Amino acid sequence: MSNEVNGSQNMQEFLKGLWKENPVFVAVLGMCPSLAVTNSAINGLAMGLATTFVLIGSSILVSLLRKVIPKQVRITTYIVIIATFVTVVDFTLQAYFPDIHKALGAFISLIVVNCLILARQESFASKNGQWRSFLDASGMGLGFTFALFTLGAIREVLGNGSLFGVSLFGKAFEPWIVMILPPGGFFVLGLLLLLFNWSAQRRKQRKMQTA
Amino acid sequence: MSTEEQMTFDQEPEPSSFRLIATLGVAGFLSGLVLVSSYLWTKPTIDANKAEEQRHAIFRVLPGTADFETFTLQDGQLQTATGPAEDRVFLGRDTNAGFTGFAITGEEPGFSDIVTVIVGYHPADQAIIGYQVLDCKETPGLGDKIIRNEGFLANFSHLVVDPEIALVKNGTKKQPNEVDGITGATISSRTVVNLLNNAMTKWKGPIDAYLQAHPELEKTTGHE
Repeated sequence: MSNEVNGSQNMQEFLKGLWKENPVFVAVLGMCPSLAVTNSAINGLAMGLATTFVLIGSSILVSLLRKVIPKQVRITTYIVIIATFVTVVDFTLQAYFPDIHKALGAFISLIVVNCLILARQESFASKNGQWRSFLDASGMGLGFTFALFTLGAIREVLGNGSLFGVSLFGKAFEPWIVMILPPGGFFVLGLLLLLFNWSAQRRKQRKMQTA
Repeated sequence: MSTEEQMTFDQEPEPSSFRLIATLGVAGFLSGLVLVSSYLWTKPTIDANKAEEQRHAIFRVLPGTADFETFTLQDGQLQTATGPAEDRVFLGRDTNAGFTGFAITGEEPGFSDIVTVIVGYHPADQAIIGYQVLDCKETPGLGDKIIRNEGFLANFSHLVVDPEIALVKNGTKKQPNEVDGITGATISSRTVVNLLNNAMTKWKGPIDAYLQAHPELEKTTGHE
């Protein structure tokens, strides 16, 4: 019985990051990469996955060390841990996926200062066990990846007439250049935030009605 | 929840400074260890990637090239490079050992970080005949168009370098030494033009001198 409750609770820890507490669309964290590298679907996906790896790695480590690290120096230690993972990702991409590394450029190193990652360490991993921290980090990471991919896909389709570099509409399509320029990022993000807020509001209303 | 947290904070004894410093020291040490090992682990692959990329780039910017020799600049003269040197140009040869041109690399600070470009230079025509970006961290979607924007790349199929290369607004190229800029990437386009002019100023003299000293190269030029 208690196992079942635990199981569904763990599931919740994982699922919340995907939709209900989506780091980009609900918590509005990590705006810098969400706006800067989502001009194509593949860039959004790669950035999301790189961030997910760093997030999972640091969450597990922080959770394992949560009783060892004194509170006074915890933020510094978290940053050291995060920066280490980011640099490892940076080297790995450079060695084995040079094209993706080239496309993402400086934004890989900037994962260190993605507030989403530090926020998960501070508010979750430093207070929970490894397994739950892992679930939380995977959920949040995949939610972040989902958000970046969605942004990138919409912007690439409208701004370049292609998806994953494959042309969709043929030569007759006049691409909306503005969509791959910075303002396009704000437009698409704004519309998606609208959608998420609207869905959250409807959920709340339905709860009120049943209660 | 916040009051509860506050209480546990207050109840815990203050850790000694030594413990704080030791924690950070150990964290830094372990992090350094991980970084050094992952650096050493990936470095051979990264270097191999870069060398391979450069080889491909040389073949691409000098059409018909099958092999190349590496030269470096010493006392204003081209010398066969023996070790890894900062300044290098590559002399391309086709399958019959005929001369195909020089591949020249240049660096210039762009909108963000240094842009590195390699071009193929055809001395007889005094023209650039090939172009490829080797390293560029320009804004994705804007400045990074200098890498693969078709209209921009078309500038470099035959770009005369004398008189000096000039950047003009997109669609207004008239002279053989003019480069059609990219709309929305003016700074990056100008970076490329400055880079090429600087590279030509630096290498054109030594290359001409070298060709004068080796007249057999001019004769085997595969392009005419």
